[in-house]
Amino acid sequence: MKIAVCIKQVPTREWQPRLTDDKTWIREQDASFEMNEPDAYALEEALRLREKLSGEVVVCSAGPSRVQQVIREALARGADRALHVEDNSLAAADAAMTAEALAAAMGEETFDLVLTGLQSDDQGHAQMGVILAERLGIPHSTIIMEVQVDENPTTGPGQGRLRVKRELEGGWFQWIAMPLPALLTIQSGINQLRYATLKGIMAAKKKEIKKVPLSGGLKPAQEILSLSSPVRSKQTQMIGGTPADAAKELVRRLREEARVL
Amino acid sequence: MILVVAEQREEALNRASWEAIAAAQQMAGAWPIAVLALGASVGDVATQLAQADVAEVLTGEHAALRHYTPDAFTMALKGVIDQKKPAVVLMAHTYQARDFAPMLAARLRVSLITDVIGISGDGASATFTRPMFQGKLTATVRATSSGPAIVTVQIGAFRADAVRRGGSPSVSPVEITIDTAAIRQQPEAPFQEAKQAVDLSQAERIVAVGRGIKSQDNLPLAQNLAKAMGAEIAASRPICDSGWLPMERQVGSSGQTVAPRLYVALGISGAIQHLVGMKGSRTIVAINKDADAPIFEVADYGIVGDLFEIVPALTAELEKK
Repeated sequence: MKIAVCIKQVPTREWQPRLTDDKTWIREQDASFEMNEPDAYALEEALRLREKLSGEVVVCSAGPSRVQQVIREALARGADRALHVEDNSLAAADAAMTAEALAAAMGEETFDLVLTGLQSDDQGHAQMGVILAERLGIPHSTIIMEVQVDENPTTGPGQGRLRVKRELEGGWFQWIAMPLPALLTIQSGINQLRYATLKGIMAAKKKEIKKVPLSGGLKPAQEILSLSSPVRSKQTQMIGGTPADAAKELVRRLREEARVL
Repeated sequence: MILVVAEQREEALNRASWEAIAAAQQMAGAWPIAVLALGASVGDVATQLAQADVAEVLTGEHAALRHYTPDAFTMALKGVIDQKKPAVVLMAHTYQARDFAPMLAARLRVSLITDVIGISGDGASATFTRPMFQGKLTATVRATSSGPAIVTVQIGAFRADAVRRGGSPSVSPVEITIDTAAIRQQPEAPFQEAKQAVDLSQAERIVAVGRGIKSQDNLPLAQNLAKAMGAEIAASRPICDSGWLPMERQVGSSGQTVAPRLYVALGISGAIQHLVGMKGSRTIVAINKDADAPIFEVADYGIVGDLFEIVPALTAELEKK
């Protein structure tokens, strides 16, 4: 089983946004970065499938040179090798451009299964995986909470099959079957993440990261005209003071103003 | 024209479809609006949709649309878009739209702008606002591809009750072409995991915890506050993912949607997936160490500080007298 996992490097949760002078992107020099959380779950799922079925896990990422940080981390957690589509223009690329860039690089290898997180914590388009599936010409399903692989089904066409549990809204789920190869977008919480061991970190240094240049002529399908702080929908009454004072004042307002206690 | 794709399951219209119609009415300008109902049998849904002040309601019926698959929906919609040539295709940002809209956009090679919370201008000059960076920033974007732009609107961002009604639109069928042999997914019937033992939607008061609680060992802090308030305990997704509280206690797009009289968010940053599940609450209190956390955008009362100091003080205050 040859599994690809697409991961993205995104600003950390603690990062406080600062914008470039033209206010169309973030000041990357002020940001620290980490692996997009849903992608970490996709990687973990790939590692578990490999442990069950054998084969290899190939990490794929599109971005500037800084994304090597998360590629190394994925290799340290146990991925076998990596593809890095490297170009500075990918830092602020939208989902369509990222998907085209990855499709061009991944098309040469024939993956049985492609996993990625359901959306990124930066631009959050929730599109990349599905567009990639369409470009690779393989079926997809999204927001997956469980993956079952039957590599040698006794019925049906002579290829592997997948059965996946898709999350619907409001606590509903659905099982969906499809042939391999296929692409799945993975929901956070599908598994418990492992962390890199010292041995893994050492081993990662020897693993291959194949750099692939960006194919020419790719453009985003949307343009960011400006970024700004969100508009508050409510006037929030902020309560200050010591914890005891703030607690007392909050309880008073909840009783007397809001009358909800 | 603007084509609104309504969502239905087993002939029940998804409420969010009205929100998509409201967004279409806001941005239409001189463009006529057509609303499309897709499914195996959508007569009743079309009748409901025809109450809206739109130019026409289209019914796209095909046996292969009875159970949703992204392949069948993409084929059906591509056919309708090729026939009707809309300038914009609008729909709600539901889990179903998330599953097929990117495939449709990729196949048509057009822009897809998702999770839209605001539209400025109308017609071809419209720009769209959408959250980025977990709601820490709002982006204003425009579509750059030629051909129709596909736009999905965030649940709750446009008001269903703002839909203008009474346009007496025509209701007519539209031709649906699906190569059923090309449908690769085989769906089984939807199910609910466990019977919801706790119906948070009925709770008067809710105390909800997020990542800021740091460890399962700290949960009693929140549970004591909930007890003192007469509240149910709930959580954001990461807490339930970690197994610290059962999934049935999860509030958000993948969990329960709640609207209690009082919602107290402890150490919850306010990712949109959480906000959509609770922003209808009457009074919202947020306690968070990060003054810029998006949760404060929906909060009526906010305390910036260390929840490990504030929550015990709050519990003590409530237990007085």
